[in-house]
Amino acid sequence: MTLTETTYWVVGATFAVYILIAIRSRAGTTQEFYVAGKGIHPVANGMATAADWMSAASFISMAGLIGLSYNGYGGSVFLMGWTGGYVLLAMLIAPYLRKYGKFTVPEFIGDRYYSDTARVVAVICLIICSVTYVIGQMKGIGVAFSRFLETDYETGLFSGMVIVFFYAVLGGMKGITYTQIAQFCVLIFAYTVPAIFISLQLTGQPIPQLGLGSTLADGTYLLQKLDQTLLDLGFQEYTTSVRGSTLNMAAFTASLMIGTAGLPHVIIRFFTVPTVSAARTSAGWALVFIAILYTTAPAVAAMARLNIMQTLQPEPNQHLAIEERPEWFRNWERTGLLGIDDKNGDGHIQYSADPDTNELVMLDNDILVLANPEIAQLPHWVIALVAAGGLAAALSTAAGLLLAISSAISHDLLKRTFMPHISERQELMASRVAMAGAVLGAGYLGLNPPGFAAGTVALAFGLAASSLFPALFLGIFSKRVTREGAILGMLAGLGVTLAYVFQHKGIMFIPGTGFLGDMPPNWFLGIEPNAFGVVGALVNFTVTLAVTYMTAPPPAAVQQLVEEIRVPVSLEPR
Amino acid sequence: MQPEDLEALRRTYWRENRRWMLILGTVWFLVSLGCGVLWVEPLNDFQLGGFKLGFWFAQQGAIYVFIILIFVYARLMARLEQRLGLEEPGE
Repeated sequence: MTLTETTYWVVGATFAVYILIAIRSRAGTTQEFYVAGKGIHPVANGMATAADWMSAASFISMAGLIGLSYNGYGGSVFLMGWTGGYVLLAMLIAPYLRKYGKFTVPEFIGDRYYSDTARVVAVICLIICSVTYVIGQMKGIGVAFSRFLETDYETGLFSGMVIVFFYAVLGGMKGITYTQIAQFCVLIFAYTVPAIFISLQLTGQPIPQLGLGSTLADGTYLLQKLDQTLLDLGFQEYTTSVRGSTLNMAAFTASLMIGTAGLPHVIIRFFTVPTVSAARTSAGWALVFIAILYTTAPAVAAMARLNIMQTLQPEPNQHLAIEERPEWFRNWERTGLLGIDDKNGDGHIQYSADPDTNELVMLDNDILVLANPEIAQLPHWVIALVAAGGLAAALSTAAGLLLAISSAISHDLLKRTFMPHISERQELMASRVAMAGAVLGAGYLGLNPPGFAAGTVALAFGLAASSLFPALFLGIFSKRVTREGAILGMLAGLGVTLAYVFQHKGIMFIPGTGFLGDMPPNWFLGIEPNAFGVVGALVNFTVTLAVTYMTAPPPAAVQQLVEEIRVPVSLEPR
Repeated sequence: MQPEDLEALRRTYWRENRRWMLILGTVWFLVSLGCGVLWVEPLNDFQLGGFKLGFWFAQQGAIYVFIILIFVYARLMARLEQRLGLEEPGE
């Protein structure tokens, strides 16, 4: 069987499983559609949360970001940021919102801040972060199809849409939960198998996490060898190269952590478990399942980087002849992810940090994960598995985001704000229509990606950190915070973060409209736009508290609500 | 129970909860932004197998500690709820 045929079989089998699950888990009530009937076991929810959380970016791009763009240590911001947020979620947010016990995040903000305006502001924040995020997933689906299955981008995107449409519209949260569990199994298997093989080949150690700290065949430590090789080529040392400054690293990490704890599509997953204590343990299980990939990724990053450099330069001053380059190298050159330019015309590839003499002119981040199995000469089924894993990661995250968007529309905008008199059946119908609309909208944006899609990470995490997290946190931990404070705080945090990102990256990310340019010297305290969410969050906290103490305290019923969600059982005088 | 007893119960529960959050939150901060970012250079003078210690915290250690923190918190809260008679009915 050829590689493409094998890939069709493996991907086809996983898709058949997803459809089967969809048929078996149709939602019959709004409670099932929004929160899967609140009957999901905490470990199962942990697995679904892990798939929900780990996107195409985590699966395909993160190891490359760490290993190439951020040159090792600098990439730690993603590893700590995208896991540390779960501690905040487990202690500060999830248990109390589960006790609150309704369907969506804007619903809580609307009730706690006794205001339809607050609810609508929260819906807007939710839609902006979820839509920018979902565009990345749709692109991931199209790209994975076109690379592995040799279809064109549009066909790939369309196939992905049909699958998501099927299980998300039919099953809502219930269907999404069970498919996400299946998708987690596919993606984690697909990620770890090549990593285990590559670790075995380089260090003889089957566990990649340990392999990263082990010795190579020649007795030197892998990381030492990598540091030395990079220094020889004029790069910075792998284990110590800081991203920007220490302050920038800290701000970046903190922004991703706070953003994680404020992203609605993750928070609503904790509405599906039966109890408050299940919400806590479920966050722990989610992090266990996420950590399997997140501790493997740095090993993949370092090992694949070393592999590529040793292919190009087996011994010091001995360069790979262009004619002798391996098959996988030629394959990936065709996709444009790798590119060479023999500048000095000697027929060999010189790879170095100096842009004037470097002849490996294109080395895309994604290559580290995508080409990994081929570099390690693994069998076809492993390569096919990577394709299925990348698709599982993109589909599961897309479905979670689409549910967050559609429930905000059908529940918060229609039922709670504009059409409060519709019946449950009508609302269920409306939520299916909203879901269908969201799938079509996301597909359209995937086909015609707007300019701002490039800034996905900056925008989604920056907005969640600067607008939603402070409103949720203060809503639980303070009885005094008022609607005026929360609304102005959310708008201020949102405004500051957007303004900073736009002024450096261009208005709506259109190149050339950034009035301060994307220039490190103009960065506020040396903090890059992607790391600005934490500053936005501080602005939000300050504005919220300042306005709160200038306005009248919330009504007694709202203070009672806060008391109620703080304890796991309802305490009524008997 | 009388309303004032309930009020006292609420207050005890919330005070204990905040205390654990503060302690565990401090550990959370120290291993990630502390060991992984602020003190990474001095820590890198120590080796853990083939890892520089600061680098290990930033790329693996902090994540392991995060997992432990969540389960410890869940355990502590379950014990607190049991002690105060605030367990939820199992479903």
